[in-house]
Amino acid sequence: MIQVHFTTQDGSVTSAVGTDGESVMEIARNNGVHGIVAECGGAAMCATCHVYVSPGWLARIPPVSEFEDELLEGTGAPRMENSRLGCQIKLNDTLDGLEVTVPASQY
Amino acid sequence: MGRKVVIVGAGQVSATLAAKLRADGYDGGITVLGDENTLPYQRPPLSKAYLLGKQAMAQLHLRPAAFYSQAQIDLRLGCRAIAIETGVRVVRLQGDEVIPYDHLVLATGSAARSWPAALGGTLEEVRTLRTVSDADSLSLALRSAGSILVIGGGYVGLELASVARTLGLAVTVVEAQKRILNRVAGEDTARYFRTLHVAHGIRIVEGMGIRRLLGGGRVEGAELENGEVIACDLVIVGIGAIPSTALAVAAGLEVDDGVVTDEFCRTSDPVIWAAGDCARVRTSAGSIRLESVGNAIDQAETVAANIMGGERAYRPRPWFWTEQHGVRMQIAGLSAGHDETVLRRTSDGSRSSCWYFRKDNLIAVDAINDAQAFLAGRRLIDSGMDVDRAAIGNPSFDLRNLAKATLPEISS
Repeated sequence: MIQVHFTTQDGSVTSAVGTDGESVMEIARNNGVHGIVAECGGAAMCATCHVYVSPGWLARIPPVSEFEDELLEGTGAPRMENSRLGCQIKLNDTLDGLEVTVPASQY
Repeated sequence: MGRKVVIVGAGQVSATLAAKLRADGYDGGITVLGDENTLPYQRPPLSKAYLLGKQAMAQLHLRPAAFYSQAQIDLRLGCRAIAIETGVRVVRLQGDEVIPYDHLVLATGSAARSWPAALGGTLEEVRTLRTVSDADSLSLALRSAGSILVIGGGYVGLELASVARTLGLAVTVVEAQKRILNRVAGEDTARYFRTLHVAHGIRIVEGMGIRRLLGGGRVEGAELENGEVIACDLVIVGIGAIPSTALAVAAGLEVDDGVVTDEFCRTSDPVIWAAGDCARVRTSAGSIRLESVGNAIDQAETVAANIMGGERAYRPRPWFWTEQHGVRMQIAGLSAGHDETVLRRTSDGSRSSCWYFRKDNLIAVDAINDAQAFLAGRRLIDSGMDVDRAAIGNPSFDLRNLAKATLPEISS
C-alpha cells in the first residue's frame, strides 16, 4: 500500500492509499479528492488532472515526457516547475508518502 | 432548490452531476437510475485500451462504489425507467415502482445505430459497440474470429479496425460515403488515417455501399454494391449513434434529434433538464448535439449550477480524441462547414495538424501527435481572434507564442 497526501485549495489534506501501478489521478478519483477532473480518463489527452508535486518528491518521479510537457502548457492553473499530470505519475514503493497540491482549477 | 433530484441514466453526466451537486452543498436527495448493471464508467476506452485488454473494468469506473454511498447518492443499477409522469412529477420504473422528483435530469445517452434487419442485420456475429457488456462479448468474438468487416469509417469504426488488426485479424473497412471521416474531418486528416491503416495491412473501401450481409444463421460475408463479395466471420457496425429520447417523446417534451433544451440545459418542462449525448441545446447561434465526454461534463456542471438556483448558460467547447495504431489525435472544435484548411507538418511527418477556417474564423484543429497544436488551436478558437495562416503553416513557427498572445493579460 502506498500513501499519497493531497492538499486541496481550502488547505485541507486528504490522505489516500493506492497500489503499485495506480496513477495519482486514479487515487484522487477513487478517494473523492476534489479538483481532479481527468476528462480523458488517463489517456494523456486533456491536462485536467494537473497537480503540483511537493519539492523533494519530484526527483523520484520519472521525468516529463515530450507529450506531457506539451499538455502541461495547457493547464488551467499556471504551470510551475513542479507541475505534473496526475495520470502520468504511476505509484511505486519509492513514492510512499508522496505529497501533491491540487490547483484551484483545471480549466 | 428542490428536495430531490432524479437522474435517468448512469454514465458520465450522472457521475459528474451528482458529485458536483454534493460538492456545491446540495443536501437534498439524489437518485440515479441506470439500466446497465455497472457503476458509471468511461466509454471511450471501450473501443481502445479496454478492448485490447490493457485496461481493467475497475479503471473505467468514474468513481468507486464507496463514493456513492458516502455522498448519499442513491445509485439504482439494473433499473429501467419506463415513463415520466410530468403532471405528478414521478418517474415510473419497470415493475411499477414510482420515484418522485423535484428536478429530473435526462441523461439517457445514445444507442448505436444498427444495420437493417432486412439486409442481414440480425445474423449472428453482426455487432455494435456501446456498452461494456458489448465490449466484453466483442472481445471474445475478436479472439476467435479470423477476419472482420467494419461497416463505417468514422472514429469508432477506425478505432475498432485498429484494435482488430493489432489482435491479428484480417480487417476490411467499408465506408459508403466518398471517404472515411467524411462527416467529421477534412481530406488531409482522412488521407493521414487512410495511409496509416493501409500501412498496417487494413483494406479500406470508400464510396461503396453494402448491398447486404451474407450468411445462414451466422454472418459469412458482405456483398458490395459493385457485386464484390468480402468474406468475414465478424461484422462490426459503426454507423453512428441515435440519441435515446423515447422517454422524453412519450412525456411530451420537445424532441428534435435529441431532447431539446434552452442554453441553460432546461427542456420544455421547467423542472426537467437534459445533458450529454441525448441533449440538443438551442442557443442564439443555432442548435447543437454533441457526443463526447467533455460535453457531458460541461452540461452536467451547467445543470448542477442551475438546479442550485444559478443562471449558468452552456457554451459548447467541443473537443474529442482518438487513438489508432498508436497514433494520437486530439480535435478542437467542429470542422463541418469549413471553407479553407491549412496544413502544418514537420518535415519528418511525425507531427501534423489540420487547421480549419470558415470565412475569417478558425473553427477546428485536428492535431496528430501534436498536443501543442491542439492546445493552441483550442485557445485560438475560444478567443475568436484572427489567426495568421502563414505562421500556422510554417512548422518552425512556435505555436506557443501565438496561443499565449491570445490569453488575457494577467496583472501581477
